[in-house]
This record gives sequence, structure tokens and C-alpha cells, in this order.
Amino acid sequence: MSGQFLPPIDLMYPSSPAIGVDKRKITLPGMALIRSTHGIQRVMLLIGLVLVVFFVVLAVLAPLIAPYKFGAIFTPQMPPSAMHWFGTTVGGFDVFSRVIYGARTAIEVILLAVALSIIVGVTLGVISGFIGTWLDRVLVLFMDALYSFPSLLLAIVVSIMVASGRSGPYVGILSAAVSITVVFIPQYFRVTRNATMQAKVEPYVDAARVAGAKPGRIMFGHILPNVSQSIPVLMTLNASEAILTLAALGFLGFGVEPNSAAEWGYDLNKARSDLVNGIWWTAIFPGLAIVLIVLGVTLIGESLNDVLNPLLRTRGGTTTADEAEVASVVGGAPEISTSSCAAQSGVAGPSPGASTETDPATSRRMTGLDAAERSPEVTPPDPSSTTPKDGGRS
Amino acid sequence: MSDSSGPDGLDVPTTPDTPTDEAPVNDAASRKAGSSHVLARYLALRLVLIVPTVWILVTVVFFFLRVIGDPITAAQGGRLPPEKIEQLKQAAGYNDPIIVQYGRYLWQILHGNFGRTTDNQSLSAILIRYAPATLELVFWALLVAFLVGIPLGRLAARHYNKGPDMAIRAFAILFYAAPVFFVALVLKLIFAIWLHWLPISGRASTSVQIAMATDGHIDTHIYIVNAIISGNFSYVLDVLQHAVLPALALGLLTAGVFIRMVRINLLQTLRADFVTAARARGVAESKVVSQHAFRNALIPVVTVMGMEIAMMLGGAILTETSFEWQGLGYALSQYLLKRDFVAVQGIVTFFAMVVAVVSFLIDVVNALVDPRVRY
Repeated sequence: MSGQFLPPIDLMYPSSPAIGVDKRKITLPGMALIRSTHGIQRVMLLIGLVLVVFFVVLAVLAPLIAPYKFGAIFTPQMPPSAMHWFGTTVGGFDVFSRVIYGARTAIEVILLAVALSIIVGVTLGVISGFIGTWLDRVLVLFMDALYSFPSLLLAIVVSIMVASGRSGPYVGILSAAVSITVVFIPQYFRVTRNATMQAKVEPYVDAARVAGAKPGRIMFGHILPNVSQSIPVLMTLNASEAILTLAALGFLGFGVEPNSAAEWGYDLNKARSDLVNGIWWTAIFPGLAIVLIVLGVTLIGESLNDVLNPLLRTRGGTTTADEAEVASVVGGAPEISTSSCAAQSGVAGPSPGASTETDPATSRRMTGLDAAERSPEVTPPDPSSTTPKDGGRS
Repeated sequence: MSDSSGPDGLDVPTTPDTPTDEAPVNDAASRKAGSSHVLARYLALRLVLIVPTVWILVTVVFFFLRVIGDPITAAQGGRLPPEKIEQLKQAAGYNDPIIVQYGRYLWQILHGNFGRTTDNQSLSAILIRYAPATLELVFWALLVAFLVGIPLGRLAARHYNKGPDMAIRAFAILFYAAPVFFVALVLKLIFAIWLHWLPISGRASTSVQIAMATDGHIDTHIYIVNAIISGNFSYVLDVLQHAVLPALALGLLTAGVFIRMVRINLLQTLRADFVTAARARGVAESKVVSQHAFRNALIPVVTVMGMEIAMMLGGAILTETSFEWQGLGYALSQYLLKRDFVAVQGIVTFFAMVVAVVSFLIDVVNALVDPRVRY
């Protein structure tokens, strides 16, 4: 049943210039991305970009922007005032400064976590997809089991393991990043593995083999560049989850140590006891920071998902921006500027049943049946399948 | 379609994309004959696959938590003299080779024994005490999620790209971006602290809790049931009041996901051929949505909802911690803070089993509701 959802080759390997966009969101290719959107979707993308850039600037320039040095102590529990815009905590920290330094922690952890999970997940995915056989089956079963597990619990277990008995300024960041990594590896693994299985029967792979290229070179020199297209979308979708997981770990007292870095989730945990005394400023500001940065990343991720992979939208069905769908619903095509979009909207059309048909597979994918049942077959890569999962958030 | 579909929803003629459209008649007939057999085989295979999934998770959790050393040193290190710790370790078998310990642990789990906490309580007893509370919370939260998520998703799809749609989508994205513990804090701040309408935390007032525990009725650990059994209306009211905020926090979060699922699937179904056909026959638009499109749109939603339920059962830890709702998630966070890793391991293992079983049940429901899954 999976066969009919294979996107045409030009969709799988789009030559669209938009692909490279997300790496340099604010440079010229970023403009191409913005131009390829329209209406509400463009507004969403712009809001997302502004929010993310804002937080990146906060993180990079934290020592310059924050009014007080990290760890400076003042009169505790002062309400917001001209001296302390966001007030002070029970411990006497300036909330405004802590929120700004928190941006730094958040961005460090996200970058580290996303980089680590891409490196491990993609490598394993290419190897598993290329080599196949029992290795593939074992890895798929293992990754599916990990994926089916509530991600926050997994992150907690890993963070206990990584951080045990060690301390230091970077252990906290590292342990938080590694715990988040373990949660995301299965997603990158799955996407890359499936794309690799499609790619390895392509003529160019045979050609490389005939030319005498070693398996390692074929995997990472020939196949990898051709299967990495869905990674950027998955990356942005995951980044927002990474922030939430980091905050959740902090809220439960794991992850980043409060003395070495400011962390919003930890601050929210401390704010719980303040609340009873009517002290709202220690909770509201770090919380708003989390909401805004997640909002920013989510908006970008969904816009990217729509622009680069409109096909996915009709499968997972959990994205929100769906301008191309108007085309099919209302019957008139909206202006589409990039070539890949034009090609894709044609594919996205005829699939009212497609989405319903593939969705049950999502649940089976979580449990390993999907893999065991039809692993020799090829399933299309679908970052969208990762969206419905948010066990880490409850 | 409403007349042709039974309670199990096997409404083949109106389902979009059924293979019968293209398939020769005799093929359809033979398929029908073999269908129950196929279903049974599918479900059996699916059932068998629970075992390796749970086994892998148990193994991963066991080794991850054992890498850092034995649980007794972790919990008691520094507080007891080293000889005493050594003695305890010896007695609990933590000096045996790790593979022996692993085998023993698997053996225990197979017999439904999740071990004992470091303060020597049986974990099975802890599960029995706390799991019903989590179940109760999930029930209330789902109620909120369904009541909010499905109608709003439907409304958004009907008014596609107009005012209501925009507002509802903004709401859904906002609740996706907000961490549940922040939503919990805000709700508490507004309704418990500023307005004094609702209690700030817990599952019931202490007096009610004690009264329900000592009134001689059977203790189900599900407070609303206890309160109803006790027959005292003020107890019921008290328990309900305590449930409102946690249910809202967890429920609204889940509603965000439901809205997006319902909306997008209904949108897709609304452009299916059979819907166009219904419109062409002159069926009123409201009837097209409610009777033709809506049921079909719900099929994929079932899967996501099931996944959400599994995740909630396995991970309401943040909500429970925020509201000091004494369920499994709350117990887990307490044991984490105490560094009691035997307890952590037991509870996490239990979660793994719950998630595996629930996702199996989802697939059963799916296979029953949607005949296409079986092929």
C-alpha cells in the first residue's frame, strides 16, 4: 500500500533553489523562501523569522543586553520596576537578565542537540538503508521502540545517565543536549533510511559501484547528498520540540544546572512556590520567553514544510499552513513561484484517501509492525509523522 | 451514508478511494470472504510484536540506569557509612555481574514484580495506588480535548481561511507552543490566586480525602468514583473542582493537536469526489459536512488521538507535577528527586508496557473502523 505514495523523482530530489534556504534564513536565499509564500503563510513565516532572529540576537549579545551580570544578587522578590524591569526572584536574581541569559542556554542546547541527532541519526540511517539485511531490521525495531516511548521519560533517563556524578559549566548543557538527541535520533534515522532505500537502486549508485567505489564512498559520497533534502524541515520541526523538552527537563530539576547557566524551565519550577504569595513575575516572563521562541521556530518549520514538502502536508495532516490546499479545495491555483511548488501541488491534489490510508501506518510505525511487515519495501520519508508525537509535552 | 454505516463504521460504498471502484466484482467478493481471516492474522502479528517492543525498552532503561552505578549508592551515598552500603548492595544482589542482574530483573518483570523502592515499598503497590489517579486525570483531560478540539476543528474547516478559521488556528498554534507547566502556572495564577474560584492543587481537599478514605466504602483510588460511592454531593463537588484546572491545562494542550487533525482531514475529505457528488445532488452544505464528510474525516484522527492518549497515560508527568496531582507522573518526579532509581525504573517500565498495549488497541480500533488498513 505504500507504493502509490512514492513521490515522483523530481519531487524527491528537487533541484529547487529553495532547498538551501533554511541554512541562511536571512540572506538572499531566505528572500527566495519568503517570496515563494503568500498571504497568511507569508505573514506566519515573517513572524517566525522575526521571533527567531530576535532570540538569536538576545543569545549572542546577552552580556551586552542584560542590565546585570549573570549571577548578580539584589533584594529578593521585588516587583517589576525601572531598576528591575521584570522584578527579582526569591534568590535575588534579576529576572530580566535571567530571561536573556536563558536564551543563550536554549540556543546552545538546541544547536548541539540538533547537530548531534543529525550526525548520529543520518549516519545510522544511511548505513541501515544501504546495507539492509538483519542489521536494518534490528536497527529499525530498536529505533521504533525508542520512538514509541514517551520522549520526556526517555530524556529524563538519559539525562540521569549522562549527568550522574559529574558537574561543571558544560556538563548541564551537554547532558540536556544528549538527552534531547536520543529522543530525535529515531526520526532522522527513519527519514534517512527510507530515502536511502529508494536512492540505492538508482542508476547513479550502480554506476559508482561499477566504477569500483567502496561502499563507504557510495553511502556518504553519492547517496547522502541525495537523501538529505528532508532534513532541514525535520530540523526546524524538531528544534521547537527540543526547546520544550529542555524546559521540561529543567522544570523537573534535570538538565542544565541552575548555577552554571540560566534556564527558563528551571526558573519556572522555582516560580511555582512564589505563585502562592501572588508573585507572578518570576513565572510569566520566562514562560513567555519559551512560548515566543517555540512559536517562532514552529512558524518557520511549518512554512518550510509547506514550501519544500507540500506532499507531506497531505499525509501527516498536522501542519497548519496550507495555502496550496486552497488550490485543490477552491479549485483555483494560487500563484506559485518556485518550480518545485508547481510540480508538487500537482501531486498533492489527488489524495483525499491517501492521507487516511497512510495515517494508520503512523501508529504501526511506532510499534515496529510497519518495519517488520514491510521493511524491504520502500516508504517515502515523512518528517510529518513526527509532528503528532508530543508525549514530552504533557 | 448515515443509514448504511453500522456502529463499526464499515461503510464501504461511501468511503473514498475504496479499491472496489476499480476492482472487478469477483475480486471484491473474494476479498470480502477473506477479510476476517486477514484481519485476524494482522491483529495476531501486531499482538506478537508488542513483546520485542517492550523488551527493548525494558532493556534500554535497565542498562541506561545501571551505567551510573547501583541504585543503593545513588540513593544513600554519603548518608550511610560505606560498609553499610556495601552490605546493602550485597544483600540486594547489586554485586552480581550485570548480566545476572538483568536476567533476574526480566524474570521479576515477567512475574509482574517491579521490584521494591529503596524505602522498601513494593512498586506494584505504588502502581496500584497512583495509576488510577493518572487515569482519572487523563479522562478529564480527554473530555476537555474532545469537547474543545473536535467542534473547533470542524468549525475551522467549514470556514476555511475566514475569520473563525484564523482565530482557531492561532489558538491551536499557541497551545502547541506553550509548555503545559506554563499553562498550568497561568491558570493557577488567574483562577486560584487572583479570582479564588478554584483550588490551587491536589486531587481533593484534605478533609474530603480523609473522609473518603475512612468512610468504609471500597477505595478505588479514583476519587470521583469514591465520591459518588460515598453518596455525599459535597465530596463530588470538591473532587470536580480540583479536577478543573489540571484537566484544562492538559486538555487544552491536547485539544490543539485535535483541532489541527480534525481541520486538515475534514478539509481533505470535503474535496473528495463523493462529497462533490453529494453537493451535486443538492444536499445542504451543513448536511454534507455532518453526514458525508465528517465521519470519514475522523478515521485518521482516531490514530492520532490514540497516540495522544498513550502519550498522556505515559507522560502526564509535567501536569501532575504542576498541580501536585498524585498520579504516576507525580510519583515518578518525586522518586527522581530522591534518586530512587529502582522506583524510577519500575514506573518507566510500566509506562513502556502501557504505551505498547495502548498503541496495539489503537491499531485494533483502526482495523475495525477502516477496512483499508487490513490490506
